[in-house]
Parts: sequence; structure tokens; C-alpha cells
Amino acid sequence: MGIKILTEHINVPGIETLEVYRKHGGYRSVEKALKTMTPDEVVEEVKTSGLRGRGGAGFPAGMKWSFLAKPEGVPRYLVCNADESEPGTFKDRYFMEKTPHSLIEGMITSSYALGANTSYIYIRGELMFVLRILEKAIAEAYAAGLLGKNILGSGYDLDLHVAPGGGAYICGEETALLESLEGKRGNPRNKPPFPAVKGLFASPTVVNNVETIASVPWIVNNTGAEYAKIGVGRSTGTKLFSCSGNINKPGVYEIELGVPVEEFIYSDEYCGGIWKGKQLKAVVPGGSSVPILPANLITKTAAGEDRLMTYESLSDGGFVSGSMLGSGAFIVFDEDQCIVRNTWNYARFYHHESCGQCSPCREGTGWMEKVLHRIEYGHGHQQDIDLLVSVAKQIEGNTICPLGDAAAWPVASAIRHFRDEFEWHIKHPKEAILPGAVYRGQVATIEA
Amino acid sequence: MAKITFDGIEVEVEDGTTILQAARKIGGHVVPPAMCYYTPLKGSGGKCRVCLVKVTQGSAKDPRPMPKLVASCITPVQDGMVVENTTNEDVLNARKGIVEMLLINHPLDCPICDQAGECDLQDLSYEHGVSSIRYEEERRTFNKIDLGPYIQLHMTRCILCYRCVYTADQITDKRIHGVLGRGDAAEIGTYIENVIDNDFSGNVIDVCPVGALTDKTWRFKNRVWFTKPMDAHRDCPTCSGKVTLWTRGDEVLRVTARKDQYNEVEEFICNTCRFDKKETKDWTIEGPRHIERNSVISANHYELPVLNVPIVPNLPNSTKKNLPQH
Repeated sequence: MGIKILTEHINVPGIETLEVYRKHGGYRSVEKALKTMTPDEVVEEVKTSGLRGRGGAGFPAGMKWSFLAKPEGVPRYLVCNADESEPGTFKDRYFMEKTPHSLIEGMITSSYALGANTSYIYIRGELMFVLRILEKAIAEAYAAGLLGKNILGSGYDLDLHVAPGGGAYICGEETALLESLEGKRGNPRNKPPFPAVKGLFASPTVVNNVETIASVPWIVNNTGAEYAKIGVGRSTGTKLFSCSGNINKPGVYEIELGVPVEEFIYSDEYCGGIWKGKQLKAVVPGGSSVPILPANLITKTAAGEDRLMTYESLSDGGFVSGSMLGSGAFIVFDEDQCIVRNTWNYARFYHHESCGQCSPCREGTGWMEKVLHRIEYGHGHQQDIDLLVSVAKQIEGNTICPLGDAAAWPVASAIRHFRDEFEWHIKHPKEAILPGAVYRGQVATIEA
Repeated sequence: MAKITFDGIEVEVEDGTTILQAARKIGGHVVPPAMCYYTPLKGSGGKCRVCLVKVTQGSAKDPRPMPKLVASCITPVQDGMVVENTTNEDVLNARKGIVEMLLINHPLDCPICDQAGECDLQDLSYEHGVSSIRYEEERRTFNKIDLGPYIQLHMTRCILCYRCVYTADQITDKRIHGVLGRGDAAEIGTYIENVIDNDFSGNVIDVCPVGALTDKTWRFKNRVWFTKPMDAHRDCPTCSGKVTLWTRGDEVLRVTARKDQYNEVEEFICNTCRFDKKETKDWTIEGPRHIERNSVISANHYELPVLNVPIVPNLPNSTKKNLPQH
């Protein structure tokens, strides 16, 4: 059992109230940071900790903070991205629902480090009940003098607001989030300028994931150097994984980065093995947008090394034989799952969620969905597979925001690793449309 | 001032200029096409992605190449930047892919479309598109919408460039149309059928790169290449009154703003000039309009044909590279 940073007290009864939270050491980081540290010292601690953004891209948080422009007389903002809507991801929801004060504590400490006097938590519209939990916790914090004017007598002011989105996946992209927060249509902005220079209300802004912000209090309490000791290499600290699919124990797990993937799937401590003792077929290790990996490549890299739950190890081999850690949505497929159907399902999601601003994504996501639908329902042609690869390539890298890439990668990787399954669907349309029909041939081998 | 190399041609421009504007300063065939960017409209650009270029050297200080293709219409130049457009095969292939994307849901009803002959998408697909289509499914269709007595919206043809939204935002008081819906269900609309009623509303027709917004006083009157463009002006209390008349015989079939070689209007005109003054006696005719665009409307010109003289003589060989045919 590794160290728990975020979920240590998550099952304590009443932890959602300020009283119980403080009894378990809550808000110590606020006192320490505001009374004994300068904002730059907090940023330095986060930098030494090596904490990386937990939203998907894995960009070092301290580095992002130090890029924040600091012109005179212009307000700065910290925005917490709680618009978690990727298929398979549910860690932030669970975390905010259980310990709202952890996030608020992180928001206060981080806002102090960045010199922001107004901060926002942008929460997904479907999570209205979590919004109420957060608002209740914020009201408690205001009453206790942890928010508002002159926090704990330190002279630092902070207002914290929770803003719900309308439930669009695209508003999880940081610039679309800012547009939505400003009350506009949630279209991603053209970059540059980046949010660190011109973000919310044209002021310098930092957008961080819930988990990133919630890790800051521990770093302030225990120093960044201590945090950097957890984990492997450049993947420091602990991370929440939302595990779903055909496993015995689905749920949210906090693990030290560096646990072997095989252990994570089969150990009773975590996923508990494949449901009903079936065979593992494939894993999507970081949410629907990252490439899917077949069983032989998820436990071992192409070079034959054990794959670990770290940013580096999961992306080992690039997109040929690797994937990404992403937002930590670990989706496991057993031998009875149809990859074509799953890919179609993902494509349908991205088609529905594309904002429609730039042409490759607007037209391409719909096209891919239609072709995959055709293959799944027994109307595919042999050239459709190459067509999909080519459409995915036309979208990838040519769009304003990463949604285009996110739509293209799962399709491209599914074809790369499970091409024979697609071919089987096209050659045997009558068998493929039977309920529960699954191709059980060999998994494609990779020449690395 | 910043010095950049575009397709092997050096050009010096002001700091903060976009790559596209720098390329337009060179002119000729190296200029990337643009479907959504419109110089007079602030904030336009970055959406259609046909102007993608490859930056092989970020700047003199930081010579790393940019990892992805960038939209030249919104990316500012840096001193010492090296950009490849027609000399880079990746760029041309990506552009081909994007033109295909733009066309999969476009009805291709050019034979009955009023924009045919002066349509940006038509020109673009002739130059960069592919001749066959791989899309088999049904195309997206919308019903035609009347936006008042002068403007017809045919959303099926729209490529969602947002130009009309920016125009209405920036030159009219109350914008009542915008983009509704998202993804490929996004449409330009007024939400509940509404009349666009503003002195300058007719300009949305001029900025539309395709036949989605058309002039009802001109619809189905004639084909654009049969009409003769004439520069004319009148004393107008609301706008500059400088227009192009599209005439056939003595009849004025249509009035538009004057457009430059990139199909961008020089000065926006008011609705009175555009829709109500359809007599030659209303106007002082200056002479034939010189159409500089490489389009069918200049091919059928009654003047001597406009020769495509390269602005920069002796282009380096790298720009003349023959690309493999697909």
C-alpha cells in the first residue's frame, strides 16, 4: 500500500464539513503559505516537486505557473478545470464530492502563489450536486475567514466562485473553458496568445486540473523535495486513476506513479483482475482520447520491458506501440468486447462533441463516425479501412484545439493494432452483425 | 521590422504582421488561400485551416521549427522566420485534405448557385482539391431561410467561416444572427426566424465566400460571367458610395462593394446603394472594373486579358518544384 496524498482521509465520516476536515490537518498549508512563505517560494516548491498537470497533457505545473505574465495593475486569475467529461474519467467528481475542502484549500494556496485575488472553479454542468457540495464548503470557508478579505490576518484577499458549464466536452479545453466562463459560446481560441498572457477577461490566467491543485497543499506542508521522492523519474507523486471496464473492482484508485501495469490490473489491491477470469484483450490507459493498446503491448513495451504506470513508460514507443497516461481513465476490455463497436462509440462521442469551429474536425469527426457505423453494421468495403486512416491523418494536427487529435488517435490506433478485426467485420458482415459477435483471432503483431 | 523567408523569397514586414499578410506582400502564386480570414474584420481567421503553412525556423533567436502546421492568417511573424508553403509537400497534402473536408458536406450545386464564377470555394477546389470524392454518405442539408426582403440564407452551402457574424458584429449595431448548434450541426441562424434589418446588413452577402448568403434582388437573374463590372459612385449620405455595378446592356443587375484581388471589400457599402439604386442614371460611371482575381470573371473580360505577371521577378527554383500528381 503506497502513500496516499489526495485520498488519505477520504473515507472519514463527515470529512466534507470544515470541522472534521480541519481536525484531520486541513488548511494547514494555507496557514503555512500565507504566514511564512512568499508567493515565489510556493511556486519554487511546486517546481521542485515536479508535479505534472493531471488533466491529460502532463505539462509540469510549476513551469506553467512561472510562465504567468505579471504586468502591473492587471488582475491575474486561477481557474480550476473541473469540467471532467472524457468517457471513462470520473476521478475529479469522486474527489470533489467526498472532500470539497481539499480542493478549496488547494485553490487558496495556489491562488496565493500566483497572486490571484479572484479564482474560479469551472465545473461540468451535469455535476450540479457536486456544485452544491462545493458551494456549501465555500460558504463554510468564508464564515471561518479562510476566504474573503484578509485571510487569517495575512492581508491576502481571495474570492472563490464556482461556475457551472453547460455540459459540453469541448469546454474542458482551457481556452474554450475561458470563453464559456466569460459567458460566450465555448469555442476554443486561437493560440497564441496563450492563457498565461491573455486568458480570462484578457488577463493572465492559469488553468489547472482539480487533482493538480489539490496536490499543492501536501507539497506546501511537506516540501517539494519530499514530493519529488514519490514516484519514478520525472513522473513524481501520486495520481488518481478512474478504472472501469471488465475488471473485478472498478473505481477510483490513488497510486504512486511507477506501479507496473500488470500488477495494477491483476493485483487485488487495485483492479482485481479481469471479470469472470476472462482474458485481457485491450486497454485504453488514459481516457477515450489516447491510443488503445492490445494486451501484449500494455503489460510490456515493444522493447520487452515492463510497462509502468508513469507518463514516460505508457508513452514509450510513441504512437506506434505506446499510448499516453492522459487523464488517468483506465478502461479495460476483455476478450468478449468488439473493438470496432468501441471505436465507433468513441467516434460518435467526438462527432457529437466537436464545436464545429474549424473544418477538419467539424467534417472529419462525422465522416469517421459514419464510416465506422457502416463497418460495424455490415456495410463496409475493404477500402474503408484505409479511408479511415487517411481521414484521421487529415484531422490530426490540423485543428485549432486538441479535440481533433483526440478524435483521430483512437481510430488510428484501433486500426493499427486490430486491423484484422476490422477486416473480419468487412469480410463477414452477416456474422459481424449478430448480437455478441466478436472476432477472436490473433492480435496484430507490431514491428517496432 | 521583421525579415522573413517565405518559400525562399525574402520579405521585410512590420512586427506583428501575420505570415499571410507577409506572403500577400510578395504576391503571386505563393500566397496561401484563405476562406475564413478577412482583413477588414477583426478577430476573423484560424477556422477554415486552408492557409496552413510549415514554419521550418521559428525565428533568428529560436531556430526550432514549429511542431505542427500553423494557420498563417493568425500567426505573427518573427524576425528570421523561415516559412514553406508551395515548396512543402506536407502543406500541400494537408491543404488537399482540408479542401476535401470542406467539400464533403457542400452540395456542389454550382450550376444553379448564384455565387458560381466568383466563389472562393470553387476557385480553391480547382486549385487544391482532388477530382474524385471518397464521401458516400448523404450530405447535410438545411431549409432555406429568408432573412428579410433582401437576403436569402441557404445554410446547406455554408462552410461556417464566421465572416458574416464578424461583419454584423463590427459594422452593424445589433447583430441578430449567429452560430447555433455545434459540430456539423452548427448553423448560421437567427434562432427564431427574424429579419436582419440594418442599413449595412447587405455586406454579409459580400463577405460570404460561398453562395450561402445571396442577394434576393439578383438571385437567378444572370450568370456572373455574362455581366460586365463597372466602377461607379454616387453621393451617398450613409456610406462612401463607391461601388461596382454588374451590368448587362443598360441594365444594372447587381451592385456590390469593390473587392480586391483576395476578394476582400475595400469599403463596406449601405443597403440603399446595394439594393435600391438599380438604374444607370443613379450612378456616375467611372469605367470598367479591373478584376485582378484569377477567376472565370476575369477570364471573360472585355478588356485585354490580365496576364499573371509575377511581382517578384526571377523566383528561386525552389518555388517552381513540380509536385507529384495525386
